[in-house]
Amino acid sequence: MNVHRIEVQPTEGAGDPRGHAALQSARHAALDTLPDSIHSSSVYLLEGDIDTASLERIAHELLCHPVTEAVVIGARPLRAKSMIEVHPLPGVTDPDAEAVELAIRSLIGCDVRVRTGRRYDVAGLDTESARDFASRCLANPLIHGVYTEPYHPDAFPEGHAQEFEVRTVSLRTMDENSLETLSRDAHLFLSLEEMKAIRDAYKDMGRDPREIELETLAQTWSEHCVHKTLKARMTYRGDLPDAANRPGHRVDADGLVHIDNLLKSTVAAATHELMADGLGDWCLSVFVDNAGIVGFDEEHAVCFKVETHNHPSALEPYGGAATGIGGCIRDVMGTGLAARPIAATDIFCTARLDGFVPDTDRMLPAGCLHPRRILSQVVAGVRDYGNRMGIPTVNGTVWFDDDYVGNPLVYCGCVGVMPRNRVHGDPIPGDRIIALGGRTGRDGIHGATFSSAELTDTHVDEFSHAVQIGNPITEKKTLDAIIEARDDEETCLYSAITDCGAGGFSSAVGEMGETLGADVQLDRAPLKYAGLTPVEIWISEAQERMVLSVPSKNVARLQEICDKHDVELCDLGEFGTEGRELILRHGDAEVGRMPMELLHEGLPDRVREASWSPPRPDPLPPVAAPSVAEALPSLLAHPNIASKRCIIEQYDHEVQGRSVIRPQVGVHGTGPSDAAVILPVPGSHKGLGIANGLAMGFHIDPYFMAIAAFDECIRNLVCVGVDPARIAVLDNFCWPGCDDEQRLGELVRAAEGCYDAAKAYRAPFISGKDSLNNQFTTEEGTTIRIPPTLLISGLGIVDDVRRCITMDAKHSDSELLIVGATSSEITGSVYAECFQPHRTGDPARLPEMNVAEMACTAARVASAIAAGLVRSAHDCSEGGLLVAAAEMAFAGNIGLEIDPSSVPGTTDIEAAMFSETPGRYLLEVAPGKGEPLADLLGDTPHACFGHFNDSSELKLVDETSFSLENLRMAWLGTIDW
Amino acid sequence: MTKALVITTAGINCDRELAEAFELAGATPVSIHLNRLMKDPSILDEFDLVGLPGGFSYGDAVAAGRIAAQLVRSGLHGALRAAIDRGVPMIAPCNGFQIAVQVGLLPGPGEGEEPGVEPPPPTVALADNDSARFIDRWVGVEIPANTRCIWTKDLSLNESSSILPIAHGEGRFVPTSPEQLEELASSGRIAVRYRPGDNPNGSAGEVAGLCDSTGLVLGLMPHPERYTRWTQHPTWTRLEGSCMSGDPPGLQMFRNAVAWVHSSRGAATCSNAS
Repeated sequence: MNVHRIEVQPTEGAGDPRGHAALQSARHAALDTLPDSIHSSSVYLLEGDIDTASLERIAHELLCHPVTEAVVIGARPLRAKSMIEVHPLPGVTDPDAEAVELAIRSLIGCDVRVRTGRRYDVAGLDTESARDFASRCLANPLIHGVYTEPYHPDAFPEGHAQEFEVRTVSLRTMDENSLETLSRDAHLFLSLEEMKAIRDAYKDMGRDPREIELETLAQTWSEHCVHKTLKARMTYRGDLPDAANRPGHRVDADGLVHIDNLLKSTVAAATHELMADGLGDWCLSVFVDNAGIVGFDEEHAVCFKVETHNHPSALEPYGGAATGIGGCIRDVMGTGLAARPIAATDIFCTARLDGFVPDTDRMLPAGCLHPRRILSQVVAGVRDYGNRMGIPTVNGTVWFDDDYVGNPLVYCGCVGVMPRNRVHGDPIPGDRIIALGGRTGRDGIHGATFSSAELTDTHVDEFSHAVQIGNPITEKKTLDAIIEARDDEETCLYSAITDCGAGGFSSAVGEMGETLGADVQLDRAPLKYAGLTPVEIWISEAQERMVLSVPSKNVARLQEICDKHDVELCDLGEFGTEGRELILRHGDAEVGRMPMELLHEGLPDRVREASWSPPRPDPLPPVAAPSVAEALPSLLAHPNIASKRCIIEQYDHEVQGRSVIRPQVGVHGTGPSDAAVILPVPGSHKGLGIANGLAMGFHIDPYFMAIAAFDECIRNLVCVGVDPARIAVLDNFCWPGCDDEQRLGELVRAAEGCYDAAKAYRAPFISGKDSLNNQFTTEEGTTIRIPPTLLISGLGIVDDVRRCITMDAKHSDSELLIVGATSSEITGSVYAECFQPHRTGDPARLPEMNVAEMACTAARVASAIAAGLVRSAHDCSEGGLLVAAAEMAFAGNIGLEIDPSSVPGTTDIEAAMFSETPGRYLLEVAPGKGEPLADLLGDTPHACFGHFNDSSELKLVDETSFSLENLRMAWLGTIDW
Repeated sequence: MTKALVITTAGINCDRELAEAFELAGATPVSIHLNRLMKDPSILDEFDLVGLPGGFSYGDAVAAGRIAAQLVRSGLHGALRAAIDRGVPMIAPCNGFQIAVQVGLLPGPGEGEEPGVEPPPPTVALADNDSARFIDRWVGVEIPANTRCIWTKDLSLNESSSILPIAHGEGRFVPTSPEQLEELASSGRIAVRYRPGDNPNGSAGEVAGLCDSTGLVLGLMPHPERYTRWTQHPTWTRLEGSCMSGDPPGLQMFRNAVAWVHSSRGAATCSNAS
């Protein structure tokens, strides 16, 4: 069959924004020579028997817009010094191609195969420079082919059916060395103890494992899937307040703390204690499902999940982030009997955009993508997937630290709403195993195990197949079909559902069939191309697939719904076997058989040693403090404080029409909202607040980092009007490896901080996730470890959204109050990091945190807001009091005069202005409301320290003054691309 | 009962809020998949109103709305044309607008011109935003005094309320020629403009929305269905209560169309009676 080539490009005068955008990316990439101009074109390759007339129709009626575009069949001559073309490599998902095939069928009534690409005519660069530019800015060699002339293959590459053999691994005779070698070479990433446990189990069974069985064990036992570090028994040496009285903790005579199952004894223990103490009816499903579920109103529940997709995003940020959000959305679709996704969150950690400079001692390490490219592509990935799915990304942040250079963090969250009678599902013996959605390909193989390994500069080559591109429309169609099946004539057509995430079918079917067993016919899975082995089908992490457990009588009805939505359905087999086995077949051959018990209960217990001793940084010489006039604008422009507008506005954060409080608020529509509020149920005034807390300034003591992050999340929610008695949170630990005692000690301390904070605020953890191997080894052998990073994400109920408030100052006659005492310590603040480096790094000098008092402050501030005494509220965090006050003033465009000396808790003016002591709120209060407010605040330290006025300035009592517009511009100008 | 058809298909994702807006305005919405409508276009006969919602139909492959437009051209254009002929108001926000333009429904035939049986080629374009980037924000809008659009004329607007949310990557209005733009303006077929200085995408003539010569079919890049309660206003926490009385402008548009259906039905009843 012939391959036809069609090129479409904008006509002169119609503008070429994509060409301009490519040029812009060249400018940011600091190339040696810049292109003078770039013209972009779309390229379509069509394989099939198409006559000339049909080809003309496809070109002119389908692919080209007659008003703005011109089309040629074949290739246009070069119109600049050089050209490049970018095409997806064979096997890489090309989401547009399938849609074009459908439209061609509609137009000319015949089937053709399509691939799409882009052409750039580059003026001012020779071919080699153009190729270099393309591979740095426009293409990723992991997924794209880059050509310097028009790409026009004779035929599309095909997969070939191949004979496979069922390989048996002679495990029983292996010694320790061979076991370790096997684990590494086969990318199983299992420890020696785990390999030995498997060997012993097979010795007991009297046979050797088949390859697919080993793979299944590796997927199921991966850190990604079972959180074996967080669930391990720990022996902890070091300071821990009140260690002996903590659940699951025992202190021995030597002062060592023994902890059974760290997760159960800290994060989950807090939840279960709170559930026993009044929150049991509200928490509907915790830690057991793909997302945690709490009650919303009489008829509805809400669920929340936050995932990370760090390693794929390091190698291919666009695809990594897109499949990250796609996977998290599927988690929500696979919670209970399916929830409808209604909001997304995104938090990214990367190196500073200007942190690495070519030809200096701050060179970008080999094997790392430039942080600007990582961030812009991660944002583009979340944007393209979230927007296409129609899920508003309503909350997020970015934290910059150069130690994320080789291992950026990409957190993606998703909130869903579901009827209360769809909260639980369990497979019934005899149910069909039904897969819905995307086809299975070789993409994403070994994602679960890869995420459990550390990155090195050679991972790019070894693990390129773990990187993939998603197709959000496939997932949207699948969602539409699932929700229809869930609500079919008041009964749900299936008895359980889960998503295919890490580990693919092996994890999804393995988990659903845990108590029943499952009999799986692998050759029934629809494939993207021929030639996949049974192992590949079983562990492929191809996107957009869901697994349902469906009573036989409902399969036909489900098929009808799927047909209507053009969703592919396949019957993979049956849940329930004699003897609770997992049986895998391909054609007539049995390719694997193993007891579910080994899979789910065979993982050996581990005891890990952890210790903590506070870091003692070398003292640095003192530096003179800057003037406030210098410090405030540069803090506002600091990337960790500056506006994230460029990112927020690329997301459709209003789709579904549920918005009440948006990510940006205030007169100019750019003020930094503390939290988002949406309406999960149309027609009701009951709302849901969504926020996050990240306290990276305090990572030098993860115990306090956890408390501060938790506190920030609570404060963000309280500031918009959430009821603090109805807040649920999620934990996401991203750690720089847990291979040594100190790293593990840090993890223990963070988990203990989570327990203390959850108990004090009475806010249960309902779900969580960890990613514990976030480090990058350069080709020189240096290991760059990320700082230990704990994200707390929270949702909370707002009884009546009409009482919500925002952070922008509302009125020039108002007073500005601070609530909560300020410490004299500035350690952990952005100010100290920028201007007083000798006051950073020593955990002993972090601001004091009394979590009980902080929780009490939150409750009192919330009651003041509920009583209508507060015009605007803002949490006082990154940057400190002066930054928070400035944000309120410029967001409301209302002048403000402040006196930092009246701030309670410290007499040190510098600390009053810049300390990042947690537990503090700024409240704008109408004249005359101070007294009733004071009554509600009781003994919580608070003071009026500012007065709004009719000016357009922020002024300090010492006469330092700033134009609000200048401050706003400084704050808006940093992050853009 | 006033029945509103909301057309959904793969990648359409603003169908639920569009249905809710119809419902708030007093109509009874029903969402039906394009696949089913193409099999049985006579379904359209049951409806008094039609909505073509926003989203990313078929992933916006090739260009926004292009694939859905091809499917509609091949299988639903005639039925839509017939609905317009019998006086059915249609609204097409965002992706719906992009589809409607490529189906040839907008700006559609000039006054007095007979629409052909075959769908005509598009005569205007909604191209990539000049920033080449997806943008979500609220923008100031104006309704041209001479518009013949039954959805947007006679809206009750004030300075703080005359804004609408946009969220798109391909919304830059490009006419075939300056003369065409002038003709659209003078014939009252511009239904919504961006306020000068608030044009988010580089649209010619600040055009944010068009109607056809009957005034029944409205296509616009902004999303009126996302502005049907006051707590959707981006600075509602700053507005005095008095600014938030009555219906928000988005909801007013839907009420206009429902009222139009009622009055034309009333007129039909009267003429039948006479």
